[in-house]
Amino acid sequence: MLTQPSHDVVVIGAGVVGAACAYYAARAGLRVAVVDRGPVAGGTTGAGEGNLLVSDKEPGPELDLALLSTGLWRDLAEELGAAVEYEPKGGLVVASAPAGLDALRGFAARQRAVGVQAEEIPADGLPALEPHLAPGLAGGVRYPQDAQVQPALAAAHLLRASGADRHLGETVRALRTTAAGAVCGVVTDRRELAAAAVVNAAGTWGGEIAALAGVHLPVMPRRGFVLVTEPLPRIVRHKVYAADYVADVASGSAALQTSAVVEGTPAGPVLIGASRERVGFDRTLSVEVLQRLAAQAAALFPVLRGVAVQRAYRGFRPYLPDHLPAVGADPRVPGLYHACGHEGAGIGLAPATGLLVAQQLTGDPTALDPAPFRADRFKVVGPAGTEPPVTDRGEA
Amino acid sequence: MPISPSDPTAPHRDPAAVPYDLAVVGAGPAGLAAAVTAAELGLRCALLDAAERPGGQYYRHPAPGLGAARPDRLHHHWPAFTALLARLDTQVRAGRVDHLAGHHVWTAEPGEPWRLHAVVGPAGTGSAVVEARNVLLATGAYERQLPFPGWTLPGVVTAGGAQAMLKAGLVLPGRRIVVAGSGPLLLAAAASLAAAGARVPAVVEAGDYLGYARTPAALGALAANPGKLAEGARHAALLLRHRVRLRPRAAVVEVHGEDRVTAVTVARLDSAWRPVPGTGRRIACDALAVGHGLLPQIELATELGAPTRTAPDGAVALAVDERLRTGLPGLWAAGETCGVGGADLALVEGEIAAREIAGRPVPTALRSARRRRRAFADLLAAAHRPGPGWTDWLTPGTDVCRCEEVPVSRIREAVEELGAGDARTVKLLTRAGMGWCQGRMCGPAVACLSGGGPARPDSRPLACPVPLSHLAEAAPRPSDGRS
Ligand SMILES: Cc1cc2nc3c(=O)[nH]c(=O)nc-3n(C[C@H](O)[C@H](O)[C@H](O)COP(=O)(O)OP(=O)(O)OC[C@H]3O[C@@H](n4cnc5c(N)ncnc54)[C@H](O)[C@@H]3O)c2cc1C
Ligand SMILES: Cc1cc2nc3c(=O)[nH]c(=O)nc-3n(C[C@H](O)[C@H](O)[C@H](O)COP(=O)(O)OP(=O)(O)OC[C@H]3O[C@@H](n4cnc5c(N)ncnc54)[C@H](O)[C@@H]3O)c2cc1C
Repeated sequence: MLTQPSHDVVVIGAGVVGAACAYYAARAGLRVAVVDRGPVAGGTTGAGEGNLLVSDKEPGPELDLALLSTGLWRDLAEELGAAVEYEPKGGLVVASAPAGLDALRGFAARQRAVGVQAEEIPADGLPALEPHLAPGLAGGVRYPQDAQVQPALAAAHLLRASGADRHLGETVRALRTTAAGAVCGVVTDRRELAAAAVVNAAGTWGGEIAALAGVHLPVMPRRGFVLVTEPLPRIVRHKVYAADYVADVASGSAALQTSAVVEGTPAGPVLIGASRERVGFDRTLSVEVLQRLAAQAAALFPVLRGVAVQRAYRGFRPYLPDHLPAVGADPRVPGLYHACGHEGAGIGLAPATGLLVAQQLTGDPTALDPAPFRADRFKVVGPAGTEPPVTDRGEA
Repeated sequence: MPISPSDPTAPHRDPAAVPYDLAVVGAGPAGLAAAVTAAELGLRCALLDAAERPGGQYYRHPAPGLGAARPDRLHHHWPAFTALLARLDTQVRAGRVDHLAGHHVWTAEPGEPWRLHAVVGPAGTGSAVVEARNVLLATGAYERQLPFPGWTLPGVVTAGGAQAMLKAGLVLPGRRIVVAGSGPLLLAAAASLAAAGARVPAVVEAGDYLGYARTPAALGALAANPGKLAEGARHAALLLRHRVRLRPRAAVVEVHGEDRVTAVTVARLDSAWRPVPGTGRRIACDALAVGHGLLPQIELATELGAPTRTAPDGAVALAVDERLRTGLPGLWAAGETCGVGGADLALVEGEIAAREIAGRPVPTALRSARRRRRAFADLLAAAHRPGPGWTDWLTPGTDVCRCEEVPVSRIREAVEELGAGDARTVKLLTRAGMGWCQGRMCGPAVACLSGGGPARPDSRPLACPVPLSHLAEAAPRPSDGRS
């Protein structure tokens, strides 16, 4: 019954996280196949922004992952070159009032203690960094490690560089298991792929893959909109956002939240994003969200009042109730690994995630303690919709 | 309910007043017919159109200052149009229709009532929100473009664009104009160009006119639409008189010229629209008018998830029922939005929709006229559906997306090497379709080159660019202390 597996690992999902898993697994010498029901970057990766942020994260496991990723992205940029539009432009978080600046200063101090580079910028230093910033701000903090990539290009080039076999346009319908209950391959609508390990990098749909293996993983969608302006000359140099956003970190609401992060792109358009709402997979444009994002962007950069918004797009972030991703071996099912649930930071966290998964696959020591990301940390609760209130964490 | 300040004829209305019974988006044949019919049946209507003057694509007319004495010479439907305008005028005066000209609707918010958000004025400096219990989408269609080597050279215009230029300003794009592409519009365009004094050396049609009459059903549809046959015959006679040669099953596969068109190469096509090697022939000309049919302009509805259908010409249109309801409560559609079918059909559908919305009976004759004309439209559509082989006339360097200057080679790389499998991913990886026209021009070609299966509606959350200040100023004040 057992055929010789053609691959060591099958990765489900060709988003940025799946592509990173494939890349690091292949680099570790494993034979990799990637399956996606759509094209590369057809899920949330093609609907997000490419902020690689450490600035918005408080000390803890997610920041550790982000710091690891920061260095990995720098290495990747050298290999993949300009193709992924990597820009180490740095972030600038500004405060409008002295109280906000105090909070920001405290936050930055705690981040510095764990290795984040953060440089306080007095009010009169802001114009030199961002000439078009609104006057009268209290000051800010610059984060040189914040960077940017174009997410779809990043996923596509990582996947190509991995050399993995691609099965795009194929949906995974079932997982194959051994008599002992270990996962040993996937069944798609076109073929079976045997492998000793399967990586669940199905993003917002990661819970469905977990269910195929008979385990609970409550990944849920969290909608976000991004506004895109007409192409502009370079008027925004960093990723700029307001400190109030960091202060929001502890707000526990399912309702709409917006905190505009404003950034330029190499192609010219300025991106303004993003909102956060738990409304299931509702794709309908929300005029109110667009209005709020626009107002916040205009408050930071008054010059944007004079430009046209050319389009808007939305995506559904994969989030888990405690806002940490599920990364690594599932203690409940041998052979099953997870790499999903990165919410609003999946682009940034993809390389570190891929590296950790590859290290576990090969049995190498891991670069970080993977314990906080274990997939079995969630209790099975009542029917959907009754999950306890959650805390918001920032992302761009 | 805010009323456009730019419309002096609009009676003053209290902002807290009740919503309109019906808001019609688009003042072409379908929208005009719907608005006047609904108003005559007692409904309070708003008629919004991005353009300053009513008429849509078909009833284009010269701006008043141009001194064009006889716009009626350019089409025989002029009396029908002037009659509609007179009825509109009556309803506007009676306060039953507010004609909101220069209102470009950028999104429609479903609900009770619906809310239409519009950018107002030629410079887009104003804004308006219009509330209505029903919305009729009569936003018409735009031209389908397929790229070919040299199509970005000055002197290459769209067939509809040439028509429009002629109707609105009475200017010709050149002296010697080849008309090419596919669809019934080509004959109309060639006839108008010739009548206006241009020399038209050839009409190059990729499809096969004989295809119209291949099946008994097709013959039936032809026989049931004598008006259409007469129209075709009129065009044909005119073209004959002007010694215009009709070349079916052929396409312009290359445009020549340094900084302007000087000639085109026309090649024969096989049944899949693949150019037949060795059949290329040069035709000297100083302009090329080219079009490949029309695509319904339906993003206001598809962004809301309204169900669609793929018409026989491969275009995505709104799916409506016999009463012209879309799949969304309170949202109706008429004219080209339901599938390209011409001005006569648009008039009929506008009237049917208005009667349905008013809850009045629809005369059987009207319903059967609609069925007959739809059948005929589907027949035409099938005969002009682009064959899959058209991509053979592309070269690696042919620009597909003109706004972002993305050539064929970059798109092929994205598909073959980077794993893009549909138009959306090609766009993300190459920027094709991200420019000013938001993929209206390159969308069909990109979809075809990315091999992404059956046609899907393009995603276009904003139907037109919106000044950021409009959005910012309308933002709700933060109630929770956050900025
Ligand atoms: C508006 C917005 C802004 C954002 N901004 C940022 C930002 O600035 N920085 C940042 O780091 N992150 C940002 N994010 C978050 C980021 O986009 C996501 O965290 C990330 O893309 C997740 O990647 P992924 O590979 O896990 O998921 P995805 O890209 O969704 O990939 C999962 C893939 O799995 C496939 N799949 C699912 N089920 C199956 C199945 N049964 N069979 C086969 N294939 C399957 C899907 O087709 C999909 O392609 C943003 C998100 C949004 C929505
Ligand atoms: C370029 C072109 C040239 C044509 N030339 C001919 C011809 O010569 N002969 C012929 O028989 N047929 C021609 N047609 C086809 C003919 O115009 C249609 O059959 C007919 O006009 C359809 O009527 P309609 O009411 O459905 O749409 P249209 O007449 O297209 O009217 C749609 C109206 O909606 C408005 N609109 C669209 N979107 C919005 C929005 N978001 N907000 C506000 N307003 C909006 C437009 O400004 C337009 O006025 C042409 C079509 C095109 C596109």
